[in-house]
Amino acid sequence: MIHDFHYLKPGTLKEALAMYAEHEDCKVICGGQSLLIVMRQGMIAPENLLDIKHLNELNYIKFDEKDGLRLGATTTHRAIEKSEVIKKYYPALVAMENKLASIQVRNWGTIGGNLAHADPAGDPAPLLIALKANIKVGSAKGERVMPLDEFFVDYFETAMEKGELVLEVHVPVTQPKTGIAYQKFNYLTNDMGIVGVAASVTLNGGNTCKDARVVLGNAGPTPRRSKKAEEFLIGKALNDDVFAEAGKIASEDCEPVADIHASEDFRRHVIGVLTKRMLKKAFEEAQGK
Amino acid sequence: MEKRLITLNVNGIDYELYINPKTLLVEAIRDHIGLTGTKRGCDTVSCGACTVMIDDMSVKSCSILAVQAEGKKITTVEGLEKNGELSPIQKAFLDNGSYQCGFCTPGMLMSASAFLKENEGKDVTEEEIREGIEGNICRCTGYNSIVRAIESVVKGNYKEG
Repeated sequence: MIHDFHYLKPGTLKEALAMYAEHEDCKVICGGQSLLIVMRQGMIAPENLLDIKHLNELNYIKFDEKDGLRLGATTTHRAIEKSEVIKKYYPALVAMENKLASIQVRNWGTIGGNLAHADPAGDPAPLLIALKANIKVGSAKGERVMPLDEFFVDYFETAMEKGELVLEVHVPVTQPKTGIAYQKFNYLTNDMGIVGVAASVTLNGGNTCKDARVVLGNAGPTPRRSKKAEEFLIGKALNDDVFAEAGKIASEDCEPVADIHASEDFRRHVIGVLTKRMLKKAFEEAQGK
Repeated sequence: MEKRLITLNVNGIDYELYINPKTLLVEAIRDHIGLTGTKRGCDTVSCGACTVMIDDMSVKSCSILAVQAEGKKITTVEGLEKNGELSPIQKAFLDNGSYQCGFCTPGMLMSASAFLKENEGKDVTEEEIREGIEGNICRCTGYNSIVRAIESVVKGNYKEG
């Protein structure tokens, strides 16, 4: 049962930030597709609940060929999935959203809420980190921007300080000759991933790797880059053996847990396989560009 | 206990409710307004039995606060019929035997209606229909009869009104 709370409904973002600064023991709700579940389980029982779902000033998708993509925090997953401009410039984002939970959840759940919830099994974070996204957070005192891979601190914990809200996700323009791929492994297509891997590969003319990112989902307390795998890849002439070796490195460079869905060994094994496959997919996409 | 006065527009009618802000939309619809067509199933955004439409988008009413639906157009399964006549998808469900125990049916009808609205006039594949009801679980039919019903509406076998 959900515990009683005091409901706060700000009219504007400015008002929301002021309210958030004023109230102790306050949680922020946007779509609530994750939050209400844990509130119902009694895992969290905030005294105050600040609702920002209706703040349309944070509900936008902006694209500029020089600046890249900007997603407001209250933009729904469905809006991202259905966006023509995202489909054209960041097709991997659309493919990821299409496999995120169900249509109903995507219709109401938001990108800002998903990232702020900081579930290590969440889908958007690994892919956005592979895309080198930044996140803008703000409080009554001001705004700051950080790379998304520095945003996640621990299980369900972010680098946001008291009074800070997620405002925007910024995805820079993808470098030329770059391929991006993401896949999660699960038993039911749209479930949370047992593990997930996002990879980006940038080629230096020919088949030499200029830059790479390997980002693992649900392979530790936070979405995490396997920097060892990335370092291994950069400068190498890419082929199937290199991808397999990078997969092996990634599978050792993480700390997956064992739970009712899978053992630690099994998770490591699948991380290896997915890393290999996603690198190959990203590589082939980069070659075609 | 804190209470708030809100107005919910359900199936075109404004209902004034005096509720605890923790009230879920499904509770407001079933227990306060008394429209019990919408079902409460898993309560964890998994099963889809509680699906309603907000501004013509399907959502799961078990995981939305009623206060968040204020000012929006809510449609429940009771709102599908027009002038006492069942909607095309409801007729198709009857003709195709798209239900057995019936518990998933209201949610399934709402997802199907949202899908049909979104894809009006478009050619859709069986795969797309199945994806359209991905958020709804049925433990009786095996889905085939539900997919057939949606397909028959897409083909224009049922006319509105």
